[in-house]
Amino acid sequence: MSDPKAESEPARRARNGRNLAIALGLIAFVIIVFVVTIIRLHGNVAAPHRF
Amino acid sequence: MTRAMANPQTIAAEAAPARWQDYVVLLKPRVMSLVVFTAVTGLVCAGAPISPVLGAVAILCIAVGAGAAGALNMWFDADIDRLMRRTAQRPVPAGRVQGADALALGVTLTLCSVMLMGLALNLLAAALLAFTIFFYAVVYTMWLKRATAQNIVIGGLAGALPPAVGWAAASGTAPLNAWLLVALIFFWTPPHFWALSLTAQEDYRRAGVPMLPVTRGEAETRRQILIYSLIFVPLALAPAFTGLGGWIYLAVAAAGGAAFIALAVRLLVRKARADARRLFGFSILYLFLLFAALLGEHLASVQPLALRL
Repeated sequence: MSDPKAESEPARRARNGRNLAIALGLIAFVIIVFVVTIIRLHGNVAAPHRF
Repeated sequence: MTRAMANPQTIAAEAAPARWQDYVVLLKPRVMSLVVFTAVTGLVCAGAPISPVLGAVAILCIAVGAGAAGALNMWFDADIDRLMRRTAQRPVPAGRVQGADALALGVTLTLCSVMLMGLALNLLAAALLAFTIFFYAVVYTMWLKRATAQNIVIGGLAGALPPAVGWAAASGTAPLNAWLLVALIFFWTPPHFWALSLTAQEDYRRAGVPMLPVTRGEAETRRQILIYSLIFVPLALAPAFTGLGGWIYLAVAAAGGAAFIALAVRLLVRKARADARRLFGFSILYLFLLFAALLGEHLASVQPLALRL
C-alpha cells in the first residue's frame, strides 16, 4: 500500500529546485558581503578617516 | 476594505507545486529591468568615482529592493489580481505560491537589500531605497490603490525614485539634477498608466480598483493624459539645460516629445483604443530612449549643453 503522504515526483523536483535556488542565493550573498568588506577595508586603509 | 481571499490551503493543494521560477515572477522582472536601467543612469550621471564592484552591488540592491516591493504588492493584492485577466495567472492568485511565502520573501529581500546598500555604499542610498520600497508596498499598494483615482499619480513616486537612489549610491548626495530625473519619471507615469488602463478598464471595474477611466470616464482620462503629457515633455527637455544632457539628449527629447504629444492629442480626438495602446507602447520606448541618451552621453563623455552655452 502506498503512503498517502508520499511526495509526488513533480513536487519533489520543485522542492529540490527551490532548495538549490535558496542555497545559491545564500552563497552569493556571503560572497558579496565578503568582497564588499575587502573593498571597503582597502579604501579605508588607502584613505583613513580623520577623527 | 473587503479582501475576498479564498482559503490559501485549498488553493495550494489544488495547484501545481511552487517552482523557483514562480518566486522570480513575484519579483516582477519586467518592472525590475526598467528600474535597473534608470538607476544605472542615475549612478553613471552622478559622475562620482566609484569602484565598479560597489556600483554593481548598488544596482543589485536596487534591483532586489524593487523585486521585494513587487513581492509585497503581489501578496497584498492577490484578491484583486485574481479578478483581473492581466494578473490572474500571477503565482499567488493562481495558487502556486502561498500569500505568506510572498510576504516572507518580500520582507527578507527588503531587509537584505537595504542593509547591504547601507554597508556597501552609504546611508543616504539605503534610506532612499527603504523609502522607495515603503512607498510602493505601503503607500501605493495598501493605502492609495483601492482608495483614490490619483493612486498611480502619487504612487508613481516609488517608480520614479531609482535614479536618485543610484545617484546617492555613487556620490553620497542627491542634488537637483537627480531629482529632475525623478520628476521626469513621476510625470511620465500618469500618461503611461492611464493609457494602459483605458485598454483594461473592465478588469479594474470588476476588481473595484478606482482607476481614472472607472471613476471619471474615458473622456476625462484622455484629457488628463494630454495635460500630464504637456507637463512631462517640457520636463523631459529640461536636463539639456541643467548641465545633465547634451545635444544628443536634446534631439531625442525634442523629437520623441513631439511624437508623445501628437499621440496624446490623437487619443483625445479619435478616442480609439488602438491609440491608447500606441501611446502606452511609445511611452515605454520614449522613457528608454531618454535615459539611454543620458547614459550614452555620460559614458562617451559628451559635454553637457549647459556647459557649452
